[in-house]
Amino acid sequence: MSVSSIFIFILKILGTLLIAVLGVIIGLFYKGIDRKLAALLQSRVGPPIRQPFLDFFKLMIKENIVPKNAVPWIFNGAPVLALVSTITILFYLPFGPIPALFANSGDLILIVYLLAMPAVALVTGGFSSGSSYASIGAQREMVLLMSYELPLVTTVIVLGWRLNLAFPGLKVFSLASFSTNPIWGIVGPLGFLGAILLLFTLVIVTPAELSVVPFDTPEAETELAGGVLVEYSGRNLALFELTNAVKMVVMGTLTIVLFFPYNISPLLSLSGFPAYIMDILFFFVKLFVVLFFEVTFIRVALARLKIDQASSAYLIFLSVIGLIGLLFMAVDYLI
Amino acid sequence: MSKTTYKIPIGPIHPSLAEPMTFNFEITGERIERVDLVPGDNHRGIEFMGRNRNIIQIIYLAERICGICSASHPYAFCRAVENAAGIEVPPRAEYIRVIIAELERIQSHILWAGIAAEELGFNSVLYLSWKVREEVLDLLELLTGNRINYGMFMIGGVRRDITEEHLPRIRKTLDYYKETYQTLENVFLKDPSIAIRTKNVGILTYEQALHLASVGPTARASGIKKDIRQDQPYSAYADMDIKAITPDFFTGEVKGDVFDRIIVRILEVAQSVEIIEYCLDNLPEGDIVSEPKLAKLLAVLKKAKGEGVGRHEAPRGEAIHYIKLNESENPEVWRARAPTYNNLMSWIPMLQGQEIADIPIVTASIDPCIGCMDRVTLVESKTNQQQVLTREDLIKLSIAKTRRMMK
Repeated sequence: MSVSSIFIFILKILGTLLIAVLGVIIGLFYKGIDRKLAALLQSRVGPPIRQPFLDFFKLMIKENIVPKNAVPWIFNGAPVLALVSTITILFYLPFGPIPALFANSGDLILIVYLLAMPAVALVTGGFSSGSSYASIGAQREMVLLMSYELPLVTTVIVLGWRLNLAFPGLKVFSLASFSTNPIWGIVGPLGFLGAILLLFTLVIVTPAELSVVPFDTPEAETELAGGVLVEYSGRNLALFELTNAVKMVVMGTLTIVLFFPYNISPLLSLSGFPAYIMDILFFFVKLFVVLFFEVTFIRVALARLKIDQASSAYLIFLSVIGLIGLLFMAVDYLI
Repeated sequence: MSKTTYKIPIGPIHPSLAEPMTFNFEITGERIERVDLVPGDNHRGIEFMGRNRNIIQIIYLAERICGICSASHPYAFCRAVENAAGIEVPPRAEYIRVIIAELERIQSHILWAGIAAEELGFNSVLYLSWKVREEVLDLLELLTGNRINYGMFMIGGVRRDITEEHLPRIRKTLDYYKETYQTLENVFLKDPSIAIRTKNVGILTYEQALHLASVGPTARASGIKKDIRQDQPYSAYADMDIKAITPDFFTGEVKGDVFDRIIVRILEVAQSVEIIEYCLDNLPEGDIVSEPKLAKLLAVLKKAKGEGVGRHEAPRGEAIHYIKLNESENPEVWRARAPTYNNLMSWIPMLQGQEIADIPIVTASIDPCIGCMDRVTLVESKTNQQQVLTREDLIKLSIAKTRRMMK
């Protein structure tokens, strides 16, 4: 191995560490903003924006209780698995002008798989915690996972397929191709409508991925007292909280990459370093707007759904919308 | 039971319950097969405490039976004592009593609406309703000095007058509720998000409600036109033409589900506003209490002998107080029955066949007040085990006690 390749290897390790830490910090920060905005929408004062950080540190020094009935290695392993798989997604996502760390090795299909991992970890953790509340929560999480996967995959596949039709020979599911070729530019008016439907699908899938109201049925505080998370405390709960915060960034970024990959620097005719800084700032603004509509707004405006209602909302209603989106895209290509 | 069922306990401590109460559920998948109630975790011995106090002290004890119904219990208690001792209440006091009781109904129903929304995971509506509720609490504080536990009732009248200066402030509150009523109706009765979680959920049929002797909004939502203010009008209610509100006023049909219970309570807020307006327009002049000197009143009560029953339509249903005076400082018997006691058994037909997700909203839908309801807990002192008595045991005990008292 040559010196330069070792150097790149070390650089990549440092990069992963940096991205993991930054992802966590940005996630917790956006969580704080989300809580503050929700509070303002509900005419409350709300917690300070640094509250999720305080919660995290508090949870880290609290006792980590493993129930007697639990299977300890699964129970303790689940939160780690959830966090690791979520942070892994960050390595494959481009953040505005910054290309993904592992841009050449992973694609959208991998991200879809990795997105399912935290839910799977929650299910295993819930079942292994030996509580009936957690078991019901885990059953619900499983049902929900199976329900929202179809619309999510529909969105991803349709976008990839359309990109492939427009640019044969491109690595279609690579995120770099999505961010350099925005979907809005390559479709006609009907396809534009289809893309809006697909965007809607992705926006509605996000609350379930992040398990917030109205799709927080697996955790359902007033019914199941926290559901899958009911037995988790201390460090393990803190890891799940982190997972959720990072997942928020992931879902927001995914929406941005797939639908709004635009940069602001060409508009301001900047170049070089200032352009880079402006684009990064612009990315954060986009993330803020996207997360506001995907998370805060939805959770303030709706009541929690029952599991059968949530499941049919995804499997029937949202899948149909996704398929109509596909139809529009296909018709748009044919005519 | 087949092997596919499993048991989950809800309570005594659970996020959906404000007070300790245990439900044992047998569940298949997400569906409730059987439910068993285990009350008795919140017994405070209030009636026993009352038997060691004089009548005027008990008013304040009665007020603390329930934090939300803190006008209803003293109202019913005062009426019971007045009934037993033959005390006349001046008309102005009757009107003021009704105003306080109806203001309490407004705050209680809006409080309940907020809790119901929270049980559905709809926190925005919780904050909205509780913000709307602040207005009436501020008014109650102005009129009585307290946001809850008003300390307004006295045997033979009320303790504070409603003066000319209060009237504009009361009218301002009434106008506020007339304006916000439309908001409440839009949020609770026209919002699809609440409708899909509450329609056809927790159904209590007309027959079941009659059979289980449900009271208050729970019974009215099942179509029973039962309201003491209508059936046996008392105080200022007798001067008004009050109609028991049933959900068909709004939807044209009675289903007896949770949504109907929301309708009844929201409509009753509007009804209360009308009642208070009538009372303000027709407030008679005169005394506010028949005997302002407490020592003299107490002397009269000490010499009184007889039984009395006082009833009042509390926000949750009919509250009944029974008192037996026997020419002594303390009453011989004081019995308080809170409306939740009647509505408790309605939970069983409501919950059977529902899903786990419906448990919080269905239990909340009767507006339970466990602390008001728990009158007796039987505990074996050696083993510290709670006992459950059957109907036969209770009849035997009742006969024994009646014999004892007749001696």
